[in-house]
Amino acid sequence: MNAAYELPGMEADYAFGFLDEYAKKEVRRALLKAICLPGYQTPYASREMPMGRGFGTGGLQVTLSLIGPDDTLKVIDQGSDDSVNAVNLRHFVEMTCPGVQTTEKTGEASLIQSRHRIPEKRLTEDQVLVLQVPYPDPLVVVEPSEAKRKVMHGEADYSRLLVKLYEDIVRFDEITISHRYPTRINGHYVIDPSPIPRFDVPKLHMSPALILFGAGREKKIYAVPPYTVAEPLAFDDVPFRMEDFRDAAGQRRACSRCGATDSFLDEFQNEAGHTVYQCSDSDWCASRLARQAEEMSA
Amino acid sequence: MKKILEVQNLAKLHGKGCPLCIEATGPDNDTNVCPHCGTVVAAHGVSFDLYEGEILGIMGESGSGKSTLVKILYFDETPSAGEARFFDAGGQHDLFALNAAQQRWLRNHRFGMVYQNPHLGLNFNVSAGGNIAERLLMSDVAHYGEIRSRARELLARTEVLENRMDESPKRFSGGMQQRVQIAKALATRPPLLFLDEVTTGLDLSVQARILDLILEIQQELSTAMIVVTHDLGVIRLLTVRAIVMKYGRVIEAGLTDQILEDPQHAYTQRLVASAL
Repeated sequence: MNAAYELPGMEADYAFGFLDEYAKKEVRRALLKAICLPGYQTPYASREMPMGRGFGTGGLQVTLSLIGPDDTLKVIDQGSDDSVNAVNLRHFVEMTCPGVQTTEKTGEASLIQSRHRIPEKRLTEDQVLVLQVPYPDPLVVVEPSEAKRKVMHGEADYSRLLVKLYEDIVRFDEITISHRYPTRINGHYVIDPSPIPRFDVPKLHMSPALILFGAGREKKIYAVPPYTVAEPLAFDDVPFRMEDFRDAAGQRRACSRCGATDSFLDEFQNEAGHTVYQCSDSDWCASRLARQAEEMSA
Repeated sequence: MKKILEVQNLAKLHGKGCPLCIEATGPDNDTNVCPHCGTVVAAHGVSFDLYEGEILGIMGESGSGKSTLVKILYFDETPSAGEARFFDAGGQHDLFALNAAQQRWLRNHRFGMVYQNPHLGLNFNVSAGGNIAERLLMSDVAHYGEIRSRARELLARTEVLENRMDESPKRFSGGMQQRVQIAKALATRPPLLFLDEVTTGLDLSVQARILDLILEIQQELSTAMIVVTHDLGVIRLLTVRAIVMKYGRVIEAGLTDQILEDPQHAYTQRLVASAL
């Protein structure tokens, strides 16, 4: 419970969770369909939200339709709990869902809304991850007509996406897609797994947690149900490869704060002008630091 | 000889159609637009058989329905009436009774098409090799090395320089584009190939090399082909049997040399007289 906040009570003009009950029911129905058809982009009536389209309205509608007073919510933006988008969305949920707890700890959350990252800490069966999606359709790069894309999805015709990978290997000896890597779910539909880096794509595979994708502007919801096969598109002899964060000497770079060598790293310049690497997942970094401090004092 | 394709009473009407459409159009009425309802009868009552390794010519003037015919058989268009059966190693397929996914499978695996305009058959946003890769990927080849070597082989076979494999066909000459299209069509070694005016608009020496290539392919792979053209020279060189179309109807069918030496229909007589 967020103690600092005063409940709006009866004078509030909106329901718990901001959306009216019909809107929530509609989103939940779309969610059920999306879970039944893993990877299928289910259309839904995306509502106007009090923020611009493209600021996570799809993910927010999914979150608000699922959240209940006994839920604990974590909101992250590019791995961090403290960036503007995450802070504002968290405030919005705290304001419109009285009684809901918020947290920055991945392990404590029952519901996690995220932009561009899947937390490093392995999610559990009791957790639901909601990802905000700007462009839900991976075929949009090869086919402009939505009617034709729907047929292609229905027939699992993804050869033209593979041609794009082929062209990449021909020109650069490497597949150059850094994020939104097309991933085949349950052997049929290929999804755009929101702008998560390649590093996070394997986390979709056989995930114990339910993963939901909401695209507010494009009015689509899709899902990767728990323990579902998720395979990134690749060739038989050119396997999928993720970021390895190796320096010129072939050494895996470590986080400059916590020393982790198994996390996704952000690169930035410090005040002295040096390139520094740091965990993108702030909770992962902070909890490692806390554990190290504990060991030191013990 | 083994029959590979059997077409019966194929028809294509553009428009809502009326009971008088068929009798009011055709070569006898000198039109294919129905005077009662304005429907265009692009093809009507077209029947023919095609055997393994055979090249069948379809000739006729522009608008006679010859391209419509191959487009229907390649599932680019849907017929208004008629049947077509394709005899494959795995049994026979009633082409227009298949669902869209089955049609796509046949189109990708068993048929090949070379269009008059390379823009229809090639994707100009990807390289020549990528175009061939697309067709191989459609037929479930997912090994990069294998795709590369097959594409290289096919382009060498169709005399496209290997070092231009990774260039866009945009930068190729018309003849080269056509050869890339042929390589793409051949990628899955289809038993049936449709060639729609492949040499039209190319200069004579390039035409000759492409026609040679087509004949060599037919000899090597015993691919059955349907060649659509208004060029009698191409018909004479490539085909053994031919059909002549006018205003959507078949007006003459038979052995090519017989048609060219002794045309029966007045239109064919005029056609042959004007060309030879």
